[in-house]
Formats: sequence, structure tokens, C-alpha cells
Amino acid sequence: MMRLWLPLCILGIWGIIALVSPGLRLTPNTVELTHILVEPGQDHWFGFDELGRPIADRLITGARTSFLVSLSVVTLGLLIGGILGISSGYFSGWVDQVFVRIVDIMLAFPGLLLAIALAGALGPGIENVILALVIVGWVGYARLARGQVLALKHADHIVAAQAMGATPWRIMWWHLLPLITAPLIIEASFGIASAIIAEAGLSFLGLGVQPPQASWGSMIRDGTRYMLVAPHLVIIPGLTLMAVVLAANLLGDWLRDWLDVKEPKKAK
Amino acid sequence: MSHFILTRIMSALVGLLGVVSLVFFLIHMIPGDPIDDMLGESALVADREALRQGLGLHLPLYEQWWNYLTALAQGDFGHSLFSGRPITDLLLERIPATLHLSIIALIVAIIIALPLGLLAATRQHSIFDYGSMGFALFGISIPNFWMGPLLILVGALWLGWFPVSGREGWNAVVLPALTLGTAMAAILARMIRSSLLEILGEDFLRTARAKGLSGIQAIFRHALPNALLPVLTLSGLQLGGLLGGAVITETVFAWPGLGLLIIEAIQQRDYPVVQAAVLCISVTYIFVNLMTDLMYAWLDPRINWQRHS
Repeated sequence: MMRLWLPLCILGIWGIIALVSPGLRLTPNTVELTHILVEPGQDHWFGFDELGRPIADRLITGARTSFLVSLSVVTLGLLIGGILGISSGYFSGWVDQVFVRIVDIMLAFPGLLLAIALAGALGPGIENVILALVIVGWVGYARLARGQVLALKHADHIVAAQAMGATPWRIMWWHLLPLITAPLIIEASFGIASAIIAEAGLSFLGLGVQPPQASWGSMIRDGTRYMLVAPHLVIIPGLTLMAVVLAANLLGDWLRDWLDVKEPKKAK
Repeated sequence: MSHFILTRIMSALVGLLGVVSLVFFLIHMIPGDPIDDMLGESALVADREALRQGLGLHLPLYEQWWNYLTALAQGDFGHSLFSGRPITDLLLERIPATLHLSIIALIVAIIIALPLGLLAATRQHSIFDYGSMGFALFGISIPNFWMGPLLILVGALWLGWFPVSGREGWNAVVLPALTLGTAMAAILARMIRSSLLEILGEDFLRTARAKGLSGIQAIFRHALPNALLPVLTLSGLQLGGLLGGAVITETVFAWPGLGLLIIEAIQQRDYPVVQAAVLCISVTYIFVNLMTDLMYAWLDPRINWQRHS
């Protein structure tokens, strides 16, 4: 049961903090010259960064950044990828041919590399990070959905629905979608983990959210310059980031076992 | 067999064309005029037009695309907007460093993953299994832009065993390769475990044991070769993650490879260089996947050539 509750708790805290943070009267960008590089202590559990800004407040705003980005990326990716994958698998024909070609081309890029190039081309900012990650991310869901639909579309209940004159949209929505939700949810859970890492990675490279707005990735980058004197600048945001990513991966693993879905086979 | 190889190469070439075109159009969709970046917005109209003509930017997009393709086919990537040097030279300078790092990282990954996967599968549900898979979960969840700085902190700053950054000295590769190799090791270990577990239940292994082979002999002689086949194809796909991760790892360690070149070029808004370096890495990725496919077919006599072609 730990395998379920631990990740759920971590993800729950992350989500709640992200949602309520605007109402918390935080001062993530207030520079206090007397607090520069102060180590964690009794009054301030996480200490202060190189500009004397409270690390706890920056962690919380960083949580909001990663939550907004990963949630939007996964939702949009699921929506776009799901719709394209299901329709392509169901309709076959030239639509499917074109779709498979596009997916093959997208998959010929190392994903993170394409996201880096896109984010670099689009320019910094949270919207562009989301856009770049969605452009890269929808392919996985689309390929998965298409593969599942291909395996299911000759099932008896689909043929029966077709025989009774149900429209393609009705069949896809009512008869196919419910059956492929489980693998898509599992994929989405891992997708959250990789979106969090990708957002932090882009921010680490300076291609994500811009200063002074906090992201866990940019906190790590700024901290590396003071690593010898104040290692907590790097360690604290990194641990937080890893805890959330670990939780999302654990949840994905648990869901896969629980829903008993076989590893998706590569659709050709 | 030759038919299979031919169709596979053809589809790789189609993928290549798609990748080249996609990168070309994405770069050209970027808002803003590259001429502004090069000359500044206050430049004279005549100068701007001269440069535009010189670079061929006044042509319609499809003509620019065709010119780009034909130049590429002749190995001409154009010139850097920033330094004016031929991009081919820039790439050739950086490729050895990225290859060096990736190969060492791959070796690190295999050295870590093979024993872990083996232990986990042969001692399923034991402390070894949980330990290995716990490590794998951490390996997947730890971002390399955090692991890199931590390794620098411990290995370079505290212990002083390795240089903080750069590529000077034989030991400079250790920390970046560990950073890059860990995530791959984690994924590989998981794959080896599940692939071995599947094989261990097969009849031919029971027969091998019944004929008197020791457990170790049976595993190394009969189970492992079979289990590693699917691992091979999947690791080809995983290489994409490795190459993408290399961009971040190279930035962390100031490792003078293609990844660092991409980041530098993005900062300088030197788009032809970004375009060329991204292409270079993607082509490597396509090539490696083609090779693993062909190798898989060659290693596994059960693959039916006719069906695949």
C-alpha cells in the first residue's frame, strides 16, 4: 500500500501547494542583502540564496511553475495525441498513412533535443516551454492510442455497433475510448514525470521561465556557482524535484501493475 | 535479406528527408528577421537587401528549401552567422567530443546495468531484486542537471579527483560519463530484468538444467543471449534519450561537444548552427536505429525476411 500512498501524498502536497501558493503572501523575489547564502536553520528551514531570497518561498513558486507546465503539457498532449491516434487507427487509409509518416519523423528526433531546439527558437517564457513540450510530447500518446485502436477495432462489440449504424464518432467515443483509457493514463503518469524534468531542464539551460520567476531548474543552475560555500542551494531544489518525479514514476509503476496492462508493443 | 536491408535503408532515408525538412521549416517559422539579428535594426535598407540577396533569403521558401537540400547533399551546411566560419568545420571540431562522451557513457551504463539486471531476475523478489530495481527507479528519476553538479561537488570540489569541467586529461570524462550513463543504466537494468524473467520460464532452459548444466552456465550460455536481443533494439531507441541528455550534461561540464555547441548557438541566435547540429545528432540517431534493426535481424535467425519486407 506504501507504493500507492507515498506517491499520492507527495503529488497531492505538490498540487495543493502549487494551487494555493498565490494566496500565501510569499516573497520569493525579495532581495535581503543581510541574508545572502544563509544556511538552513531553525527560523528558516531552507535558508537563503545568493541574493538573500528565501529558498522556501522560491521552492513553492517553483512548484507552481512545474505543476502548471507538466499539467498543461500532459493534458494537451493527451488531447491532441489521443484524438489523432484514435482517428488514424480507426479510419485507416491515407489518413493513417500520412499520420504514421509524421509520427515516424517526429520519433526520428531525440525528444529532449527537439524540445531544446524548439524552446531556443521560440524564445524563453513559460508558454513557449509548454508549446515546445507539447509539440514533442503528443507523439507518444498518439502512437499508443493508434496501436490500441488497431488491436481493438475488429472486436465483436465494435462490429456490432457498426452494424447497428453507429457513427464513427459515437464508436470512437463510447466504444473505443473507454477501453484504451487505462494505458493512456499510465502513459500520462510517466508523462508528468518527464514533463517536470524537461521543464526544469529547459530552465536549467536558461530556455525556460525567466528570472526572477523561480523554477526548480533555474534554482539549481544559479546554485551551482556557489556550490562550494552553500551546497544547500543546489541540494534542496534537486531533492524536491527528484521526490516529485520519483512519486510520478512510482504512481505510473503502480498503475501499470494494478491495471495489469502489458508494456505497449511498438505499433508498426 | 538484401530486400529487407534495402527497404529498411529506404525508410531511413525517407525519415532523414522528413527530419531535414521539418528542422528547416521550424527554423524558418521563428518570428523575427535574421537580417535584423545580423546587422541590427538601424542598418541601411541597401545593406539589408544586399545581405538578403547574398544569403538567398529573398527567394520563396520552397526554393530556399531546395537550395538547402542540394547544398546539404554536397556536405555544405552553410556558414555560422556569428563567427562566419563554415558550419561543417564547427561540427567536425565538436563531434569527437560527443562521440567520446557517449561511448564511455554507454560502457558505464552496460557495466552497471548488466549485473543489476541479472541479479534482479535470477533472485526475483529478493533483497537484490528490490535493491536493483530501487536503484533503477532512482536512476530514472534523478535529472542529469542535478546529478552532474552533485558529482562535481563530491568528486571534483571535495575529493579533488577529477577536473570540474572541460575535456583536459584522461579522467575528465569520468564525471560526465557517470552522469549520462546512470539514467541509461537504470532503463537498461529494468529491460534486462524483465526480458530475462520472460526467458527463464521457457522450456529450453528447463531442458538445459535437466541435462545437467549449472544455473550459471544455463543463464550465461542460454538465457542471456536470448534475453539481450530485445534489449538491443530498445537500447537503440534509448540512445535518443542519451543524445538529448548529452546536451544538458555537456552544458553542466562545459564538455566541448555538439550539445554545448547547440546551447552556445541558441544563445547567439546562430540558427544555421543550431539547425546543423540538431540535424547531425538526429542523423546519428536514425543511423544507430537502422544499425540496431539490421543487427537484430542478423542476430535472430527467427526473423522472417519475407514478412518484414
